[in-house]
Amino acid sequence: MIVIIDYGVGNILNVKNGFERIGLKPILTDDPVLILQADLAILPGVGAFNAAMHQLKSRGLDEVIIQRANSGKPIVGICLGMQLLFETSYENEETKGLGLLKGIIVPFKTRLKVPHMGWNKLFHQKNDLINQKLPSDPFVYFVHSYYLKNFDETDLVSYTEYDVKVPAIVRKHNIVGMQFHPEKSGEIGQQLLKNLKELI
Amino acid sequence: MLTKRIIPCLDVKNNMVVKGKKFKNIKILADPVELAKKYRDSGADELVFYDISATHEGRDIFLDTVRNIAKNIDIPFTVGGGIRTINDFTNALFAGADKISVNSAAVNNPELINEASNKFGNQCVVLSLDVKTVGNQWKIYVNGGRKNTGLDAIQWAIEGVQRGAGELVINAIDEDGVQSGYAIDLMKAIAGVVSVPIIASGGAGKLEHFKDILTGDYVDGALAASVFHYNMIEIPKLKAYLAQNNINIRRV
Repeated sequence: MIVIIDYGVGNILNVKNGFERIGLKPILTDDPVLILQADLAILPGVGAFNAAMHQLKSRGLDEVIIQRANSGKPIVGICLGMQLLFETSYENEETKGLGLLKGIIVPFKTRLKVPHMGWNKLFHQKNDLINQKLPSDPFVYFVHSYYLKNFDETDLVSYTEYDVKVPAIVRKHNIVGMQFHPEKSGEIGQQLLKNLKELI
Repeated sequence: MLTKRIIPCLDVKNNMVVKGKKFKNIKILADPVELAKKYRDSGADELVFYDISATHEGRDIFLDTVRNIAKNIDIPFTVGGGIRTINDFTNALFAGADKISVNSAAVNNPELINEASNKFGNQCVVLSLDVKTVGNQWKIYVNGGRKNTGLDAIQWAIEGVQRGAGELVINAIDEDGVQSGYAIDLMKAIAGVVSVPIIASGGAGKLEHFKDILTGDYVDGALAASVFHYNMIEIPKLKAYLAQNNINIRRV
């Protein structure tokens, strides 16, 4: 069973559609029992970090996700969902995240346009289950104004370049994050979603 | 580095794609999901769907179309046309749109931009500007290019971004449907005063037009309709041509 954690932020239907296109049947839920039992749990998210953290906490789901992560079962954060896995964000106001991975979320400081919006190339820091079976020059779709800094280099799987090195895929054992939208990244995205299934 | 985006635009009414020149002479063309799939497979980076029905019933049919597109298409897409209220925003986003484009409604009620970006984040709020040259100024038009609002296009672009628009689509009405090239000066002028991505619209007729507008770093994407719908330009050929001309694009 694959669950997509539904905690009242924005449109998470597209993540569900993405998994359905590769033949899987994920369940949207905020039920702690299902989230703890699932073979794979996806934490999606769009919008602001502090609002999302507030929504998770008001449902008690922050503790549930931490409990799941500590149990060794796979948890995957996508876009804002990835950022929530880290210690602290400086979007709008300083906000504590789930603290499952080391790192902080900071605004882009660049002469380039923000949001970092569009198709950008993945460079692989290392070979991992998550970045297997991709063609050379894999492009994926990013939309974000804040990025991960001061992370543990050993957690970095793939990154992209936008004036600075922007972590795109991170992984520490059972905890995985993707800064871009695999569900909106065409064929490459489909392969990445299939790779996530291999975590089970 | 980000690639330049090629964006086919589909005008939709009663679950059919239609295309008019200069907002007139509407012709029925194709099923939106089928056409969207074709563009996705040929390497389009994004799609835009405009609801041109302008009725309540048409709106509900359009939202069904959006849901159907979201199920079938795995590249980002923007929905526009008939977005008047925060409720319209919510409905289109929850039907599966990645971004929502506002035009006349934002002119009438600029607070809508603030409200939408506060609620959903500026990444999904696209401000669409219909711009026409009047004398030696660029003015904002509404109602399908019929009504001059008197707003200065440059000032409105700045205000829109300050209020929370995360992307601008600049539609040059003089060039729309004429296929004589994008309005390069207009795009440069607006890109010079805002820091969000800019999509050029109106005027695409041949490969060179895409090269001309996408060379340099002021425009992030080029939107077009007729040249794609009538197969005058095929996206794989367009992208190969742009790559040859050292423009960073995504090959599929």
